[in-house]
Amino acid sequence: MTSPLLDIALQIAMTLVMAPLMSSIIRNWKAKLQNRRGSPPWQVYLDIAKFLRKDMVISEHASWVFASAPYVVFLTSLVAALMVPMIGVEAPLGMFGGALAFIGLLALGRFFLALGGLDPGSAFGGMGSSREMTLSSVAEPALMLSIFTLAIAAGSTSLSVMVHHAASQDWPLLNSVNLLAFAALFIVLLAETGRVPIDNPATHLELTMIHEAMIIEYSGRYLALLELGASIKQFALMSLVINLFFPHGLAVGEGSSVPLAVGALLVKLLFLAGVIVLVETVNAKLRLFRVPNLLAGAFVLAALALLSTFIFQ
Amino acid sequence: MESMALPLLYLAFLSYMLGILAGAICVNKGQIGAVLTFGAAALGGGFGLLAAISFLGAHNLPTLNAELLPLSLPNVGLTIRLDSLSAFFTLIISVVGLALSIYSVGYARDFAMRKSVGVMGSLFNALLLATSIVFLADNAFSFVFVWEIMAAVSYLLISFEHEDSETRRAGIVFFVMSHIGTGCLILGFLLLFQASGSYSFSSFHNIGMSMASGPRDAAFLLFVIGFGVKAGIVPFHIWLPVAHPVAPSNVSALLSGVIIKTGIYGLTRVCFDFLGEPPLWWGVVILVMGTISALIGVLYALMEHDLKRLLAYHSIENIGIIWMGLGAALIFLTTHHPVLAALALIAGLYHTLNHAIFKALLFLGAGAVLHSTGLRNMEEMGGLVKRMPRTALYFLIGSVAISALPPLNGFVSEWLTYQALLQGFNATPSLARLLFPIGAALLALTGALAAACFVKAFAITFLAQPRSARAAQAHEVSKTMLAGMGMLSALCFGLGLFPAQFVAIFDSLTLQLTGCAISGQIGSDTVILSGLGENAETLAPLGIGIAAICLLPIPLALWWWFGRGAERRVGPTWDCGLRELTPRMEYTATGFSKPLRIIFRGIFRPHRALSSSFEFSRYFATTIRFETRVEETFEKRFYRPMQRLILVGSRRMRALQAGSLQAYLIYIFVTFLILLVVCL
Repeated sequence: MTSPLLDIALQIAMTLVMAPLMSSIIRNWKAKLQNRRGSPPWQVYLDIAKFLRKDMVISEHASWVFASAPYVVFLTSLVAALMVPMIGVEAPLGMFGGALAFIGLLALGRFFLALGGLDPGSAFGGMGSSREMTLSSVAEPALMLSIFTLAIAAGSTSLSVMVHHAASQDWPLLNSVNLLAFAALFIVLLAETGRVPIDNPATHLELTMIHEAMIIEYSGRYLALLELGASIKQFALMSLVINLFFPHGLAVGEGSSVPLAVGALLVKLLFLAGVIVLVETVNAKLRLFRVPNLLAGAFVLAALALLSTFIFQ
Repeated sequence: MESMALPLLYLAFLSYMLGILAGAICVNKGQIGAVLTFGAAALGGGFGLLAAISFLGAHNLPTLNAELLPLSLPNVGLTIRLDSLSAFFTLIISVVGLALSIYSVGYARDFAMRKSVGVMGSLFNALLLATSIVFLADNAFSFVFVWEIMAAVSYLLISFEHEDSETRRAGIVFFVMSHIGTGCLILGFLLLFQASGSYSFSSFHNIGMSMASGPRDAAFLLFVIGFGVKAGIVPFHIWLPVAHPVAPSNVSALLSGVIIKTGIYGLTRVCFDFLGEPPLWWGVVILVMGTISALIGVLYALMEHDLKRLLAYHSIENIGIIWMGLGAALIFLTTHHPVLAALALIAGLYHTLNHAIFKALLFLGAGAVLHSTGLRNMEEMGGLVKRMPRTALYFLIGSVAISALPPLNGFVSEWLTYQALLQGFNATPSLARLLFPIGAALLALTGALAAACFVKAFAITFLAQPRSARAAQAHEVSKTMLAGMGMLSALCFGLGLFPAQFVAIFDSLTLQLTGCAISGQIGSDTVILSGLGENAETLAPLGIGIAAICLLPIPLALWWWFGRGAERRVGPTWDCGLRELTPRMEYTATGFSKPLRIIFRGIFRPHRALSSSFEFSRYFATTIRFETRVEETFEKRFYRPMQRLILVGSRRMRALQAGSLQAYLIYIFVTFLILLVVCL
C-alpha cells in the first residue's frame, strides 16, 4: 500500500464498479435457479446509464428535500463504503470513524430517503417510508448487539481493529461467539439490503414493497443515483460481514499483493452472494408483521453470542 | 490574575433583574416591553456565556465564592460558588437563553394583542435568573430557595395562557409533581446536614463517606426521586408531556432545554461531589432508569401527533440517554476506573449540552409553525417547506441532530456514550457487565426509533401538500425568530464538527469529580475524536463531511457525462389514474407510526373504536367514525391507584378532624403522654 490517496481512489473505483455488478449477479443467479435465463451481469451498467440519460419528472408537490435525497443517499453510502476494510485491514477512511459511524452514515441516508418518499405526497411513498423506518428500527438492536459482541472481543469498535482481530484467528467462524454473531448479522444484512424474506427488490406490488415504494416518484438521474446508492450500501455491508468473519486473503503485512486481495474479496463476495441467492430462492417473502419476529430472532442470536462471550471468557 | 468570571456573572444577574423591572414597568406597552425585557435577557445570556467561557477556558481555576445577599446568619446566606460543574451548566443556560431571547423578541408579537408581553418577559428573566442561581448556589438552604422560585416561575409561565382549561390542569400537575420532588430534596439535604452539621456545599464534599450506609442509601434514593421528577425521568415523567407543550413556545424551549437539566445538575452534584464512592447498585439503578426512560420516551413520542407534545416526550428520551452516561460513570467509580468514569461523565454532560441546543431549536421551530399557522396538530399541517423555507431548514437540522445522525452534535455525544458502554463490559467484574451491551442495543433501538419519529415529525409537518387551509396560508416568520433558530442550528454543526477541541473544557470538571482529566486521550488538536485506548474507534465528523463534499463531483460527473441533455419536467404525483391527488390521500402521522403501534402493542395497549352508518350496503358508508388512542400506562397503573390511596386515606383521616376544640386538645394530650412514655 502506497499513499492514502491511492488507497481511497482504488476503493472508490472498486466500489463503483463492483457494487452494481454484485446486485446484477444476484439477480442473474436467482433467475438461473428459477429456470429463467436472466439478464446478463453487465445489464445493470446499461440500466444506470439509461436512467442517467432519461428526462426527469419531478412531482409538483416536491421540494428541495426530494432533490437532495438521492445525493445524500449516494454520498453517505460511498463514504460508509470507504470506512470498510476491503483490501487490507486498514480502511481508507478508517480514521474518520468505525462501526458506529458506519451505521450512523447508513442511517443518515435512510433518513433522507424516507423524507424523499414522503415529499411528493403520494400514499405509496409514505407507506414505503413508514415501513422502512419501522423495520430498520427493529433491526437496529440486533445489529448493534452483534457489532458490540465482536467489538468486546476485539476491544474496539474500530472496523480495522475488528477485522485485524478476526484475521488473527485461523477460522473465526469455528468459534461459537462468531458463529452466532454471524447468523444475527446475516439476518440484519438481508433486512438492511431489502432482500427476501424481508423485502422483495423485484416487486412492484404496493402491498409488498418497501424500498421500491419509497423511490416510486424518482426518475432519471435521481433514480440512477438511488439505485447506485442502494447497491453501494449492499456492497459495503456484504464486504463488512465477509471480512469480519472470513478475513482470508486480505492484504496484511509486507509483500502482500493488492490484486490478489481484490480477487480474494471478489471470490468471497460471490460466495456470500450465492448464499443470499439460495436464501431468496427457497424462502417466500414474509408478511410485514412477521418480519419483527425474524428480527427479534436475530436479536436473540446476538444476545446468545454475547452470553457465550460471557461464559467462554 | 483575577478571574473575570464573577464580575461577568454579576453583570448577567443585573441584566436579568433589569429585565424583570422593565417588564414590570412596560406591562401594557406591547412591543416595547418585548424589546426591553428580551433584550435584557439576551444581554444577561451573553454575559453569562462570557463568564462561563472565561472560567472554563482558563484551566484549573480555583473555585470562586461570593455572597450575593450579605446575611449574618450562619449557613443560610445567599452565597454562590462557581466551580467547573456550575460553570458548565451556566454555559448551557446562557447560550440557550441568549438564542431564546433573540427569538422571543419576534415571537412575543403573537401575544401582544391578547396578553401582556411585559409580564411574560419579566417572568422569562426571573426564570433565567433563578435557574442560573440554582446552578451556582453554595448551600442547601439557598439551593432549595431558588429551586422553589424556579418552580413557581415555571408554573406561572406554564399557565401563562390560563384561559384554556387544559393549560390550567397542566400547571397543577406540574406544581404537584414539582413539590413531591422538592419534598424529597429537602429530606435528602437534611440527611446530609445530619452528617456534616452545616448546610454549605463545601462541607457536603464526600460527606457520604462518613455516613452509615442506611442514611446514605436513603439520601441517594431521595435525591434520585427529587431530581428525577425535575428531570422528567420515567416513572416520574408524567407532568412533562402535559406541562411543556402548553407553555408559550419560547418558554417550552427553555423548560425542555434547560430547566429539566437542573435535575441533571443536581444528580451530578450529589452523586459525584457529595455522596462519595458509590455502591454498585446506585450506578445500576441510574443506568437502568436511563435506558427505560430513553425507550419509553421515544415510543410515546412516536404515537404523538401534537408537535409540541412529541418534542416533550423526546425530552424524556434524551434525559434517559444522559442518565445512561451518568449511571455508567457511577459504576466505573465503584469499580475504580476513574478514566472510564470521566469518559462516561463527559458523554452524559456533552449530551446534556447538545440536547439543550437541539431541543430548544426544535421547540422554536414548532413555535414558529404555531405562530404562523396556529396549529399544533401535525395532521393539519403539511407543505410548510415551501411557505416557511428557513424554518423548515432549521427544523430539519434539529431533527437530524436529535436523531443522532452524523455529522451533527447528537451523534457525537451518543458515540461517546457507546464508547463508555463498550469499555464497561471488560471493566466490570460482576454480572452487571451484561447491562452495558444490552443498554447499547436498546440505545440503538432508541436512536433508530427517534429517527423514525423525526422522519414523521418533519415530513408530516413540512412536506407534501398542506392538509388544512391554515397550513396553506402559512408565511415565513420574522427575522429575529429566524436568527434565534439560526444560532442554535450553527451550534448543532459546531458541536458536531469540532468535538475534539470541545472536550477540553471538561478537563477541570472531570478532574474535580472523577479525579482525572482525559481530553489529552480522547481529544486532539486535529478534528479527530478518539475513544479510550490505543485501538479505540476514532471519529472525525468534519472529516466525514469533507469526504462527502469531495466525493460530490462523482454524481455530478455522471450527470454531466450521460445526462447533460436530459430535461427536468414538473408533473403531478402518480395518482393511480384518479382524477387528482388530494391532501386527504396523503400519509398521516397516525398512519406512519401504525406499524410501530402494532409491533409494540404490548406496551401501548392501543384502544380503537370503529363505527359506521350506511344506507343500503356496508360498502357505501355514509359516516365513519374511527377513534384510536394509546393507553397512558404509568398514569393508569401507578398514579391513579396512588391517587385513590391518598384520597381514601384522607377520607379516613377526616374522621379525626372533627372540628371540635375539645377533640384537638385530647389529641395533643394523648400525643404528649405517648411522647413522655417513649422518652422516659
